[in-house]
Amino acid sequence: MDEALIGAMIASTLRVATPLILGALAGLLAERSGVIDIGLEGKMLFAGFAAAAGGAVFGSVAIALLLGMAAAVALSLLHGYACVSHRGDQVVSGMAIDLIAAGLTVVLGIAWFHQGGQTPPVSDAVRLHPLWPGAAAALSGVPVIGAVLGDGLLSHNIMVYAALALVAAVWWLLYRTRFGLRLRAVGENPHMVDAAGVSVLKLRYAALTLNGMLCGLAGSYLVLAQSSSFAPNMTAGRGFMALAAMIFGNWRPVPALWACLLFGFLDAAAIRLQGVVVPGIGEVPVQAVQALPYLLTVILLAGFVGRSVAPVALGQPYVKER
Amino acid sequence: MSRALPLPRWADVALMPLVNLAIALVAAGLVVALIGQSPREVMVMLIQGAFGSARGLSYTLYYATSFIFTGLAVSVAFHGGLFNIGAEGQATLGGLGTGLVALWLSQRLPAPVLLPLMLLGGALFGMVWAAVPAYLQAYRGSHVVITTIMFNFLASALLGYLLVNTLRAPGGMSVESVPFGPAAHLPGMHEMLAGLGIEWPSSPLNISLFLALLAAAGVYLLLWHSRAGYRMRAVGASEGAAAYAGIHPKRQVILAMGLSGALAGMVGMNEIAGVNGKLLLDFVGGAGFTGIAVAVMGRNHPVGIVLASLLFGALFQGGAEVSMEVQGFSRDMVVMLQGFIVLFSGAMAYVISPWVARAIHAATRRAAPAAKIAEPAGGTHG
Repeated sequence: MDEALIGAMIASTLRVATPLILGALAGLLAERSGVIDIGLEGKMLFAGFAAAAGGAVFGSVAIALLLGMAAAVALSLLHGYACVSHRGDQVVSGMAIDLIAAGLTVVLGIAWFHQGGQTPPVSDAVRLHPLWPGAAAALSGVPVIGAVLGDGLLSHNIMVYAALALVAAVWWLLYRTRFGLRLRAVGENPHMVDAAGVSVLKLRYAALTLNGMLCGLAGSYLVLAQSSSFAPNMTAGRGFMALAAMIFGNWRPVPALWACLLFGFLDAAAIRLQGVVVPGIGEVPVQAVQALPYLLTVILLAGFVGRSVAPVALGQPYVKER
Repeated sequence: MSRALPLPRWADVALMPLVNLAIALVAAGLVVALIGQSPREVMVMLIQGAFGSARGLSYTLYYATSFIFTGLAVSVAFHGGLFNIGAEGQATLGGLGTGLVALWLSQRLPAPVLLPLMLLGGALFGMVWAAVPAYLQAYRGSHVVITTIMFNFLASALLGYLLVNTLRAPGGMSVESVPFGPAAHLPGMHEMLAGLGIEWPSSPLNISLFLALLAAAGVYLLLWHSRAGYRMRAVGASEGAAAYAGIHPKRQVILAMGLSGALAGMVGMNEIAGVNGKLLLDFVGGAGFTGIAVAVMGRNHPVGIVLASLLFGALFQGGAEVSMEVQGFSRDMVVMLQGFIVLFSGAMAYVISPWVARAIHAATRRAAPAAKIAEPAGGTHG
């Protein structure tokens, strides 16, 4: 295989995987605390809109990111109010969030910017740029390493590396801190956590707040690093794919990372394989490659390969006994 | 914390949906006001657009037809204890089934034979597409919510693949099949009424509306007046108790989802056989998700579902009219309102109904101070 192609594949895999990683970590925190989150898609979308609108109007990355996170956290807290405080159905609430975000972003976009739901592109100063723009050129002479390291690994903006670092951070939070232990416990056996004198409510709200912040980053990434403006339904199922990656990763951060990278790779491959004719098979069915993440997740869930173990108390509202 | 006051049955059935709808409308009205438009004006225009003319009414009923199918689909699964988020995908596959039968046989069979076969094809495809997640839930323990989400994406990928690679009309620019023969055309309402001597404007509304109403009646009879329906609801209400009574829960899961998928699959009769006359991408257009809102709003009862479908049909049609009239008003307002309705009447049901219950109790006590209302055991007020 061509060196340049390897470098380009690594680069696009990481680019596509980044919002998935952030979304999967968000879903993971909520679901490990026992709250189902099928609202990832809506929160990412709303965050993308808020970041794009904020970035375009105020011209600042910090404000764009803050608004993106604030928008997603607001929806997370709404989810918490309905489901954690008032034991509403978590799936129904998530669905509502997806619908509200899909509608409201377009409504506000048209009313504020008059471009058919699009926002004006954010300025170049607001966009995220590669951290080391000279790396590829500096390493271009070195065989293999030049392509893999220069083009593939060092060509990204800060959020790509931040997403990878956040995998480690979430792992550390879940498995090496008291908060993480309690968070995992509340998703398995909230009664026990309550009996130990720790508030189930507070833990779940904390998890949902972190979940919103991560969704906010995921949505902002789509605007600040990828397309520079918001377009209606720009998440295009990425929230659900992040959910699939989280399940594929068995509700654990590091396996979820691998799942996101796999899904990112499949997406990158599907784009490259468009119209390519493989001897013996014929033209590669691109739709099939793009559908593979969902198919693989179903197969995994069905227990034909490996086993997926969801948190025991997932989806069950907690009612304090008197 | 005081124990929740019981809500009278009439209030639970009739008042709560209206209260929830009102709250959702107020929330949407706030958004309308926020973007600098008059909620009252928009509302008037929306109602006029949906019901003000024969043409508007026809479009309203045309949208409602698909929503009845998907709303029934979601609610049948719900009575079996399952949350079917996959009506979108099942409807997609249903349209594919309907379309494949039409492509295959529309030149060879007369309409009276072909149309039932197309219906059967659609229902069967939808059923199979729902039965797979049902099987995985019943026998492999994978959660039906997640698998049906995945199956929605798989359905749209499958339809896309087939249309691009095998079914696409030769030489055609757009991704769609060749038009079906005339035998595969489900008569439009205006055509049927013209046959009866009534003049009616041309619209996408077709006789699949009657099929939808028949399906609603059928679902009612099945769920509440047949043993099969009783078994299904028993499993939905309490799997353990049902199993103890000799009902096979796993089989019921497959049955409920299969029936649910078949109902969703009938969307193809409205969209593919009734309107488009060919297979194309994305003909479901979110009706599967609207079905969730319809089922939630209609309290999972066929009568409620028909009424809720009418409401959503009116919102879609009226919303389209308003967006043409008012600069800066988007049809997506309706999607947002749909979200609010799902939020308030579904997810926040436990937030709002205690308020209403308290209000009703306060009102009835004031109306009849002599007749002391029995306090619920252990209940304290304030």
